[in-house]
Amino acid sequence: MAENIIHLNDEDFDELLKTSDKPIMVDFWAPWCGPCKAIGPTLEALAGEFGDQITFAKVNVDDNPISPSKHNVQAIPTLIFFKDGAVVNQITGMVAKEKLEEAIKSVL
Amino acid sequence: MSEYDLVIIGAGPAGLTAGLYAARARMNVLLIEKAVPGGQVLITDWIENYPGFPEGISGFDLAEKIKEQALTLGLDIETAEVQGLDLSGKTKEIILKGKRIKTKSLIIASGASPRKLGVGEDKFMGKGVSFCATCDGPFFKDKVVLAVGGGDTAIQESIFLTRFAKKVYIVHRRDELRATKILQERAFANDKIEFLWDSVVTGMDGFFGVEKINVKNLKTGKESKIEANGCFIWIGILPNTEFIKGDVKTDESGFILVDAKMQTNVPGVFAIGDVRDTPLRQIATAVGDGAVAAVCAEHYVENS
Repeated sequence: MAENIIHLNDEDFDELLKTSDKPIMVDFWAPWCGPCKAIGPTLEALAGEFGDQITFAKVNVDDNPISPSKHNVQAIPTLIFFKDGAVVNQITGMVAKEKLEEAIKSVL
Repeated sequence: MSEYDLVIIGAGPAGLTAGLYAARARMNVLLIEKAVPGGQVLITDWIENYPGFPEGISGFDLAEKIKEQALTLGLDIETAEVQGLDLSGKTKEIILKGKRIKTKSLIIASGASPRKLGVGEDKFMGKGVSFCATCDGPFFKDKVVLAVGGGDTAIQESIFLTRFAKKVYIVHRRDELRATKILQERAFANDKIEFLWDSVVTGMDGFFGVEKINVKNLKTGKESKIEANGCFIWIGILPNTEFIKGDVKTDESGFILVDAKMQTNVPGVFAIGDVRDTPLRQIATAVGDGAVAAVCAEHYVENS
């Protein structure tokens, strides 16, 4: 796992939202989800590229059921972009690297 | 700019197999994939009709193994979305964002995507509406869900959903299933599954997500509202051919027409897997298509 992706749990999720001065992209995933695993390398590559401008985080929905339910996540992979603590974009499903890049650039 | 012997569009089982044959034949080959290698196999929970895996294998694991084999044999995979093709000259051109790639031959393996109902389900995508039981099934633990369709995918994935949901309605527009018999037997024996025959979904509503789904019986005309939080749609597929714009001949649904060599009406341009007009869309047929097309593309490049 890339060192510039942090793993959040239900406890530190809200804390990060409150304190982060950078935009955050949270990847809701689970170990049983093939597409989630499949986009992993893309997210790691993007974290390498944009990690200094946006915080990349992952939430395992199996271990942390509260955060996905709070944000009404009913499908994975779901990527939610937060800026100043508020949701600014949400992407569900496998998407191309170019599309993710666009989404990241639009929140910077 | 250098010219490839072969460019393959799409990294599902068909494209990856073509790629591994071409790489093994030491062709100068590039595979272009818009998202991630694997294709629709990635969202298939369990595969038990692909030879060589007597216990069955998960879609993700099989996709990873095919990809790994292609990479081991030296295949280059580039992540990019194809915007268009220029097949007017002897050298074919693939138009990407900001650049063009030249190639002597081309294999189109861009696959297919699930067909939608078109009853306003778009606003519930990721909020109850899904095409992928393996991705989203666990979110419906102890809930009621509804599935639409009567083919292999609909029945197999509905059975998978019963691991989580307390009840799965299957809405099918006819009074019998198209799915293979072994799947039918399992579905009929599963007491969490209830069939709504001769019926179609006409709409859905809900506040945070899907709450009620409107179902109409085509024989009686009776409409009912089913309380369900999930709507899984498996009513067939549409070819991924947005970038093709009339460059090769297709059937009326848009699936690409090919000959026994997998060649389209344009010499040196091949189409394989789910994107082509074919009587069967399976991993086994896709990899067969891939092998045929790669070898025929090699012959085409050698002889032209």
